[in-house]
Amino acid sequence: MKHLVRIPSPLRSYTAGAAQTYASGDTLTELLADLDSAHPGMCFRIIDEQQRIRPHIRLFINTREVSSLGAKLAARDEVHVICALSGG
Amino acid sequence: MGSTLWVGTRKGAFTLRPDAKRRAWRLAGPQFLGHIVHHVVQDPRDPRRLVMAAKTGHLGPTVYTSEDRGRHWSEAKAPPAFRKVGEGETPRAVERVFWLSAGHASEPGVWFAGTAPAGLFRSTDHGVHWQPMAGFNDHPEFTKWAAGFRTPDGELLHSIRVDPRDARHLYVAISIGGVFESTDGGANWAPLNEGVAVDFLPDPNVAYGHDPHCVIQHPAAPDRLYQQNHCGIYRLDRPARRWQRIGQKMPKSIGDIGFPIVPHPRDPDTVWVFPMDGSKVWPRTSVGGRPAVYRSRNGGGSWQRLDKGLPRAQAWLTVLRQAMCADSEARIGLYFGTTHGEIWNGADGGESWRCIARHLPEIYSVTHAV
Repeated sequence: MKHLVRIPSPLRSYTAGAAQTYASGDTLTELLADLDSAHPGMCFRIIDEQQRIRPHIRLFINTREVSSLGAKLAARDEVHVICALSGG
Repeated sequence: MGSTLWVGTRKGAFTLRPDAKRRAWRLAGPQFLGHIVHHVVQDPRDPRRLVMAAKTGHLGPTVYTSEDRGRHWSEAKAPPAFRKVGEGETPRAVERVFWLSAGHASEPGVWFAGTAPAGLFRSTDHGVHWQPMAGFNDHPEFTKWAAGFRTPDGELLHSIRVDPRDARHLYVAISIGGVFESTDGGANWAPLNEGVAVDFLPDPNVAYGHDPHCVIQHPAAPDRLYQQNHCGIYRLDRPARRWQRIGQKMPKSIGDIGFPIVPHPRDPDTVWVFPMDGSKVWPRTSVGGRPAVYRSRNGGGSWQRLDKGLPRAQAWLTVLRQAMCADSEARIGLYFGTTHGEIWNGADGGESWRCIARHLPEIYSVTHAV
């Protein structure tokens, strides 16, 4: 099933500027793989090579933050990729 | 073709190009505004090509490549990344790509990258796909070499040097860890730190654990290496294995601590350094607030102060290890960029200095491209 994915501004260079897109998957892992196939390179900027969410990235399913890429997705779930407010 | 300085900064990449007389410099950029650009390096085998190490504050690291002298860039399809670990292994992830070096002239397309945490990576297709070099990253001694004794900026692998005579002869350096050498293309490595002080460790005779800040292999005399270390300036003439501390010939009031060391493109006896205060809490700013470049013309036997045109007081400059370079003109131009965003040009090998750019973001690297 397809899910709405909200894209933060630092990643919109991968989506031709789009603030949201759709990707398929029953888990976050599957969704991210589908996202990356459509927007190559995006996922490595948010998930490291050990399949861990990068330190300044937060992933939400609807309003619930998740820390496991194995988190399951239900119909109509929305996924939010958030860049934690940090910088300088 | 003209000269270009590529400036990697905390907030993007900039270029500086001189007029025909090298008097006026035109600043352009930024490219990749907001990206942390650690290093931009021209391919000496094909000057149209450049490779850039970048990330942002939030996003993971990546590499960009250009085939048209930096007008357009493409992202690497497989940036440097450690291998996926198995059960019981300690996971590692590249936090940033810190250093880029082109491979041997006989291997067009080959590039090397050094990362934080320390890791060594290689590309064979001009920086598009990168693979970890297991001979180093998974060496049985690696966890001792890069023992997690980190600099405030983390553990950094840098100064990747490829012997121009032999593509299989490599040097790398780790802050903090030391200098390492391979003679078989990176399959095997050994420490190369004899004679280098390691004042911050209890045992002065350790084989590794040192803090080289920048290591250079002279392009015209590849048996000659220089090292600016946290604990002094050194020279090594191969096949010897023991470094000589040439920094002891620097004035005692100045010391021999700093980050960059720059070779003359043709004369192996001439090098330049930018000494900084390494006393007490290691301020790493110009000694006494009076910046100067020091030059040796005899392999470190003696040093000359070059400060004409530099500020005379209350100028607390920091120049990072990749932020100083020389061009290859008949009358050598030197360049350094500071952490407070200035670029200085030293004409005639540093005999006189002037500021050619101000108000840039924190500068991480200054490299010269033809």
